[in-house]
Amino acid sequence: MKFIIAIIKPFKLDEVREALGAVGVAGMTVSEVKGFGRQKGQTEIYRGAEYSTNMLPKVKLEIAATDAMASQIVETIQQIASTDSIGDGKIFVLDLASATRIRTGEAGDTAL
Amino acid sequence: MRGNNMIRKMLCGAGALSALLFAAAPAFAQDTLTLDSGDTAWMLVSTVLVLAMILPGLQLFYGGLTRSKNMLSTMTQIGGVAALAMLVWVSWGYTMAFGEGGNAFVGGFGKMFMAGVTSDSLSGTIPEFVFACFQMTFAAITVALVLGGTVERIKFSAVLVFGLVWLTLVYFPIAHMVWASGGLFFDMGALDFAGGTVVHINAGVSALVAALILGKRAGYPAEPMPPHSLTLTMVGTGLLWVGWFGFNAGSALAANGGASLAMINTFVATASAALVWMLTERVVGHKPSALGFCSGIVAGLVAVTPAAGNVGVFGAIVLGAIASIVCYFAVAKVKAALGYDDSLDAFGIHGVGGIVGAIGTGILHDPMFGGPGDGSVTIAAQTVIQVEAVLTTIVLAAVGTAIAIFIAKLVTGLRVKPEVEQEGLDIGEHGERAYN
Repeated sequence: MKFIIAIIKPFKLDEVREALGAVGVAGMTVSEVKGFGRQKGQTEIYRGAEYSTNMLPKVKLEIAATDAMASQIVETIQQIASTDSIGDGKIFVLDLASATRIRTGEAGDTAL
Repeated sequence: MRGNNMIRKMLCGAGALSALLFAAAPAFAQDTLTLDSGDTAWMLVSTVLVLAMILPGLQLFYGGLTRSKNMLSTMTQIGGVAALAMLVWVSWGYTMAFGEGGNAFVGGFGKMFMAGVTSDSLSGTIPEFVFACFQMTFAAITVALVLGGTVERIKFSAVLVFGLVWLTLVYFPIAHMVWASGGLFFDMGALDFAGGTVVHINAGVSALVAALILGKRAGYPAEPMPPHSLTLTMVGTGLLWVGWFGFNAGSALAANGGASLAMINTFVATASAALVWMLTERVVGHKPSALGFCSGIVAGLVAVTPAAGNVGVFGAIVLGAIASIVCYFAVAKVKAALGYDDSLDAFGIHGVGGIVGAIGTGILHDPMFGGPGDGSVTIAAQTVIQVEAVLTTIVLAAVGTAIAIFIAKLVTGLRVKPEVEQEGLDIGEHGERAYN
């Protein structure tokens, strides 16, 4: 099993979710996060007082997937979330040791 | 020109005199004028319009500009000091400003606690109680405006002590000088339709002096202190603009042509200032901002206050534009260069905009610029009078504020403790949070 963490631009969330649904992803966890990378921060100006923020808002997706599906999920997110500009985000894939469905106690791939 | 315009026209059959003077309805008119229900109705409405400028107009305008931890503190200080001003006004403020007798600096004390004033008393063509209430709202908003320089660090108790002393030492005497016959500026022939000197220059300069004595907010300017809700600031700005028609057109003290000129000027000077502020932002390389729009509106309203019934329509547009540009540089460049912490730019907008308005009124009043003046006083002479009134106001406001702040410091300690400032004045001073 693989655990996929993707950091994407917030406005791409709906598109990514639809595309992942189409390739058979049955669930994911989404959070609003802040961070920085190569993308330059924003500058806010209030009556001449300039404040620059290095932290930019992003959306983090967390998806547990079978080994078979993992590469397709990564590929889908990469294609859909890309705008060809800096700040599009990153995708990380980790090995997942176990998964348990709380309601039934099922473990492994069947819990996903 | 306040009420004397109409009254003098009626009494003297000549508008010329009126065009040159500040004024309040002179007492001698009482024998010859009767109550006018149209005037009275308009002044009742104008009075509550000015109240709406304070609660909730100024509360929201200022509150939105502060950090969320100081929202309630800002709104409560404004409301509290305005309420105090109303009580002080009927106790000794009204008589110090408009009591009969007195000298060039202060009115007679015959109307302490509204002595002798009844519902039958007239001031011009309106009941004296209405006149007193209208003027009461001016005192209330002026002292509340000063808080723009001191919020986010001054104690609530200090605000009340400061307000009490400041109104007595600064506001009532200046209101007398400007609006009462026999007052210093009134007799100089200074032009101030609705209170550019008494309200705006006075409040702006006082805010600056108070801010300097009080010191900067902890963390200023290194720590970012962006406005917590420009949405509320925008709502407050709208209420200020609407209420300002009571302030300016109401200062005709009658439902007449003077009020109509004040009304149209209060529209166009403000509209011009709002757009020119954003244009200025563009020209210096920034985006045209929502706060710029709001700031331009207030700068335009401030500048047109002395000019409302004293300049022509296109003069007002020019005045609004100039005020916006000057105020923009005052708040965005000069403040940063000098490093003082006038938290919400009470000085940068009310003080500076008021000075632009007062001097601009002296110039644009002339018929050469489409103003209603008759040209009997040259532009240069009128401008000198305006500058004298401005300088006198600055000195009185600065000295009086220094005294009032030091008294507040003796009585209350003036400034909240560092941990209260850190945690926010809402919790520290009032035991509440604005947002839960």
